[in-house]
Amino acid sequence: MARQAPVRDVAPTVQRLRLRYAKRGRLRFTSTRDFQRALERALRRTGVPMAYSQGFNPHPRISYTNAAPTGTASEAEYVELAVTSVLDPEAVRAALDAALPPGLDVLEVVEVRAPDFAERLQASVWVIELPEVTAEVAGRAVAAFLAADTVHVQRLTKGGMRTFDAREPVLRLEVRSDAPAAEGAGGAPCAILDLVVRHVTPSVRPDDVLAALRLVADLVPPVPSRVTRLAQGPLVADASVGAAMDAVADPLAPDRS
Amino acid sequence: MSVESVFPQLEALLPLVTKPVQYVGGELNAVSKPWESVAVHWALMYPDAYEVGVPNQGVQILYEVLNEHPDALAERTYAVWPDLEKLMREHGVPQFSVDAHRPVGAFDLLGMSFSTELGYTNMLTALDLAGVPLHARDRDESHPVVVAGGHAAFNPEAIADFIDAAVLGDGEQAVLAITEIVRDWKAEGRPGGREELLLRLARTGGVYVPSFYDVDYLPDGRIQRVAPNRPGVPWRVSKHTVMDLDEWPYPKAPLVPLAESVHERMSVEIFRGCTRGCRFCQAGMITRPVRERSARTIAEMVDNGLAKTGYEEVGLLSLSSADHSEIAVIAKGLADRYEGTETGLSLPSTRVDAFNIELANELTRNGRRSGLTFAPEGGSERMRKVINKMVTEEDLIRTVATAYGNGWRQVKLYFMCGLPTETDDDVLQIAELASRVIETGRQVSGTKDIRCTVSIGGFVPKPHTPFQWAAQLDHATTDARLRKLRDAIRADRKYGKSIGFRYHDGKPGIVEGLLSRGDRRVGAVIEQVWRDGARFDGWSEHFSFDAWMAAAATAFADGPVDVDWFTTREREQNEVLPWDHLDSGLDKDWLWEDWQDALAEVDVEDCRWTPCYDCGVCDQMGTEIQIGPTGVTLLGMPALPQRGEGLVVAAASVATAVDPVEA
Repeated sequence: MARQAPVRDVAPTVQRLRLRYAKRGRLRFTSTRDFQRALERALRRTGVPMAYSQGFNPHPRISYTNAAPTGTASEAEYVELAVTSVLDPEAVRAALDAALPPGLDVLEVVEVRAPDFAERLQASVWVIELPEVTAEVAGRAVAAFLAADTVHVQRLTKGGMRTFDAREPVLRLEVRSDAPAAEGAGGAPCAILDLVVRHVTPSVRPDDVLAALRLVADLVPPVPSRVTRLAQGPLVADASVGAAMDAVADPLAPDRS
Repeated sequence: MSVESVFPQLEALLPLVTKPVQYVGGELNAVSKPWESVAVHWALMYPDAYEVGVPNQGVQILYEVLNEHPDALAERTYAVWPDLEKLMREHGVPQFSVDAHRPVGAFDLLGMSFSTELGYTNMLTALDLAGVPLHARDRDESHPVVVAGGHAAFNPEAIADFIDAAVLGDGEQAVLAITEIVRDWKAEGRPGGREELLLRLARTGGVYVPSFYDVDYLPDGRIQRVAPNRPGVPWRVSKHTVMDLDEWPYPKAPLVPLAESVHERMSVEIFRGCTRGCRFCQAGMITRPVRERSARTIAEMVDNGLAKTGYEEVGLLSLSSADHSEIAVIAKGLADRYEGTETGLSLPSTRVDAFNIELANELTRNGRRSGLTFAPEGGSERMRKVINKMVTEEDLIRTVATAYGNGWRQVKLYFMCGLPTETDDDVLQIAELASRVIETGRQVSGTKDIRCTVSIGGFVPKPHTPFQWAAQLDHATTDARLRKLRDAIRADRKYGKSIGFRYHDGKPGIVEGLLSRGDRRVGAVIEQVWRDGARFDGWSEHFSFDAWMAAAATAFADGPVDVDWFTTREREQNEVLPWDHLDSGLDKDWLWEDWQDALAEVDVEDCRWTPCYDCGVCDQMGTEIQIGPTGVTLLGMPALPQRGEGLVVAAASVATAVDPVEA
C-alpha cells in the first residue's frame, strides 16, 4: 500500500522571476548542485516568499537552465523562481546578490512575461584563455579545426562514454589578434579564443572543442585553460559577422517588452 | 612578516582534481582577518576530507571563539585527497588554509581535532605538506606548535612523537588561555625558545606536553611508570570543562559550505555530557558531568542560526537528546514556532522508549515519517546488562510497536559485536529480536510495507571507560559471528525479507583498537604505514589492513609487544595504562568496580535522576550536574520576520503585474 502524501495548504504562485547570474573567480569551481544549494539557502535567508511543491518533500519551485560546467566561469547563467507575492525584481536582485558569496553575483532580475525561455537559449559565446600558448600556435590549430568537416571527440556523460562531432555546432572560432602579448608573470604568452557554439544534444562544450584542437593539431596547453561563458541567447540573423559577443541577442528581451 | 596566499599556485592545479570546490573556501560566515592585525595565528585542522570536516562542531566553535579574540585569528585546513597531494608535491604547493589560502607552516599554532584515531595518517600528510618536521623534537621556533584535541586526545600517546601538546576536554576556554600564553611569550621576544613556551603551557596543568614526560617499560612490555622530567610540570594533566553553556552559545554564525558536506543541516548542541553510564561509551565517560543549555538559549541559537545560514533543517545535538530535562518544552516550542516555514527539526541521538516517539511525532507534525533509529547496542538482555544499556526486550518491542503504529515505516537498530563476555548466542538473538519487531510492526500497522534495518559493527575498547581493561575480540571471530547473524536473518522465511542487514567487518576495528589504547611505541607503526602510503584510513576504499599489519611487524620487530598485545589482551587491575597520567576526572578505582559490575551483570542508574555513585568527576573537577527545569518557555521569543519583508511591491504597482501561470 503506497502512502498518501499529506494534502498541504500551500500558497499559490503569483509571480515568476527570471534572473541572470555570474559565476566568477574561484567560485567557478562550484557545480550546478553547489549553486542550487547556495541559492536555496540565500532565498531562505532573504525571506523571498517561494512557492513550494506538494508532496512528502516539498521543495521551492526553481528552474535551472543550461548551467555552465564545473570549473568554467560564466557571465550568463539563468534561473527562474516562482513566488507567492508580487515582488520588486530589483529589490530581489539586490537582496539575493548580497546574500550570495562574492563570485556568485546576481546581475539582473526580470518578471517573466513570455514563455519558452529554454528555446531562446540557442547558442553560447565563450572565451577561452590558453596561458603559455602563443597566438600563432593557437591560430594554426584553429585553422585546422575549421578546415575539417567533422571532428569526433569523446566525453564521459551520465549515459557513459559518448562520441560526437564537435565541429558542426561551432559557428565561430577565432584567435583574438588584439590580445596583449604578455599575460601574467614573466611575460608568458596567452592565446585568447572566441567561440560561438550552437546548443545541440549532446552539448558541445569548450572542453570538447579543446579536445578537438588536440586531435586535429596536437594542441596540448601546458597549463589548464580558463574558460568563461560571456553570453547565451537567440542567434542573430548573421552570427558570423561583427564581434563574437554580438552573435547572440539578449534572451531576456521578450520579458522586458 | 607578510604571509602570501598560495591560491594562484593552487588554482592552476584545481582543474585537474576531483571536486575542486572543496579547496576554494568561500563558506558563508567564514572569517578572514588581516594577518598583521593579530599576534597569534591558529590553523585549525580536521584531519579528514573537507566534506566530513567542515560540519564539525568542535572546529566551528573554536574557529569563532578564536576569531572573536582581538589578539588571534583562526583559519581552517582539511586533509587533501591523494590526487591533489600528488600535484601539490610536484608543484611545491604547501598545505594551505581554505580561508585565506595561507601556508599552514606560517601559523603559530596548528590545532588538530581528532574525533577518531583513524585521522592520524592524515595529520602526517598535512605536517609533511606544510614543511613541518614530523617529529616534535625536530621543530624549532619557526614551526607551528602542534596541539591535539578532540576525544582521541584523551590518550594521545600513539601520536606523542608528532604533537607538541594535547588538550583534554572542552576547548573554548582552553584555546583562549593558550592564545594568551603564546601572545605574551611572543611579545617578550620569545624568551627560552620553543622549550620555554611549552613549559609555560605545561605548567598550567591543563596542557599535556608529551616530551616533558618519560615513560619507562618493564621487560615484559608493560609500562613501569610515566613521570615528568621538568620542574613544575604536573604529574597529571586535567581535562577542561565549560560549566555554563548559556555563556558559550557557539557557533553563533555556523559555516555554510558551497560544497556538499556529510551534514546538510545546522546543529545546535542542547547539552554536553551524559550520565547514562553505558560502559562501552567513551564519549559518555569523558564528557561528564551533564551540562544543559537552557531552553531559551537553545531557541535563540536555532532562530539566529537559521537566519544566518538559510538551512532548512536543524539537528538538536547531544549524546542522548531526549534526556534534556526540558526536551518536551523545547520540541513543542520549536515545532510551533517553525510550523509552516518548511523547516525540519530532528533529534539525532535518542533512546529506546515511547516518550522518544512522542517527541519524534511532534517534530514531524507535517513532514515525512520515514525512519527512526534506536541503539540497543547489545543483542541479548544479558549483554545489555553487561554494557549497562538498560533496555528490556519488552521495552524495545513496545517502543517499536508505538513507532509503527504512529506511521513510521522504517526502524533502524544499532548493535555492537565483540562486547566483553559475548558469545555467538548473544549476537544471534538480534535475529530473533528483528523478527519480533517486524511481526509486531505488521500487526499494529496493518501493512507489510514496513522495514527494520539491523546495523552492527565491532566493539573497540576505549581509554577512560570501564572496558579499558577488556580484551578486544579478534577480527576473525568478529567476522565469523557477523556471518552467522547474517545467515540467521536470511534464513527467516517469514520476516527476513523485511529485515535489512548492514555490518562493518572487524579489521578496521583492530587498527582503531591499536591506536586508541596504544602507547608511544605505536607511533613508529603510524609513521611506517604512512611512509608506505596509508591515507584516509576511515574510508574503506583507502584503508588497507595488510599495510597496517606489515608496518606493525616492522615497527615491533625487536620489542616484546605486538598488535595482539595492544588489542586482544586483557589488562590487569594494577597495570599502568598509557593514559593514567591524563585526568578525565573519572576515578580509576570506580572504573575498575564498574568493570567488575559489568562482568557480574550488575547495572548502575543514571545519576541525573538518582543519587551520586562517586564516579569521581564532580568531586575531583569541582563541577556539578546542571539540569533544569528552568521554567522558561519560548513564548517570550520575538516573532519570526514575515517572508518577503522589504521585497514586496507596494500595493499601487501590483496592478501592473500580469496574471500568473499556475505551477
